[in-house]
Amino acid sequence: MGHDHHHDHDDHSHLSEIELRVRALESILVEKGYVDPAAIDALVETYEVKVGPRNGAKVVAKAWADPAYREWLRTDATAAIASLGFIGRQGEHMVAVENTPDEHNMVVCTLCSCYPWPVLGLPPAWYKSAPYRSRAVLDPRGVLAEFGVDLPETTRIRIWDSTAEVRYLVIPMRPEGTEGMSEEALAELVTRDSMIGTGLARQPEAVR
Amino acid sequence: MSRYEDLVRVAAEVARIPRGDDGAPVFHEPWEAQAFAMTLALHEQGLFTWTEWAAALAAAIKQAQASGDCDDGSTYYQHWLAAIEQLVRDKGIATEQALAERRGAWDRAAHATPHGQPILLENDPLR
Repeated sequence: MGHDHHHDHDDHSHLSEIELRVRALESILVEKGYVDPAAIDALVETYEVKVGPRNGAKVVAKAWADPAYREWLRTDATAAIASLGFIGRQGEHMVAVENTPDEHNMVVCTLCSCYPWPVLGLPPAWYKSAPYRSRAVLDPRGVLAEFGVDLPETTRIRIWDSTAEVRYLVIPMRPEGTEGMSEEALAELVTRDSMIGTGLARQPEAVR
Repeated sequence: MSRYEDLVRVAAEVARIPRGDDGAPVFHEPWEAQAFAMTLALHEQGLFTWTEWAAALAAAIKQAQASGDCDDGSTYYQHWLAAIEQLVRDKGIATEQALAERRGAWDRAAHATPHGQPILLENDPLR
């Protein structure tokens, strides 16, 4: 048990000691009727946006504004992200994948433990759902369309499957017309979904 | 979710809740939010009063400090979880043995679940 097992390269799942305690408690309380799992989920969801992706938005904004940082992020995302003070408790390895006109990146994993919490906060419910993961792999354009994203036919879509060891952060394309904007203003354009790859960065008009 | 905002406000009167710039509670990992949500749900069920909760949390923190907790805030929700477990035992809802057995079941279930699949208690091979 314990936290050390996440370095194993086997393909079964793993829960940390603390996750085991929470799951044990919650499942017993649910069985005995003290807790409604839907109510717990609803409560957790209320916070996911607020807890949210602000750290990740700062990382992306800095990468847009600072070419040297962007290069560092692409070659050693774990260190580049840690330099801003965003450090995972379990020593997860971070990989940043950059969207270009030719290639769009999307991240999947049904396990909530396979999500870059330090940069994105809590995962949204849909990210944890089995349909999202299977459909993202089989029909990424269909899934993107549901999120309101329509990419050119010539853009290749790459799906990145998170593992217990590696968490992915998508660097969305910097919107047109944002030259000269400050990092703080740029960060406002970076949404959670754009860093998962199910969305694009917002246009500057949208936040004015 | 104003119902929960009221609960959070009252809970915050008896025990500190770490908050972000916008005043919303801050969690670092999903389990912290789950532990937090369980407390609100159990209080709503009338399982304990906020006074009882404050005492349980204070006792959990004191115990952790006595055994060398780093006390820098990063372990706050571990104390929170320990307090719920204590109340659940004190109220006769589940014994320590029942909790330990269930932890073992989840651990076996996780190991029996291929990566990428949801971990379900039914996956425990001994169940």
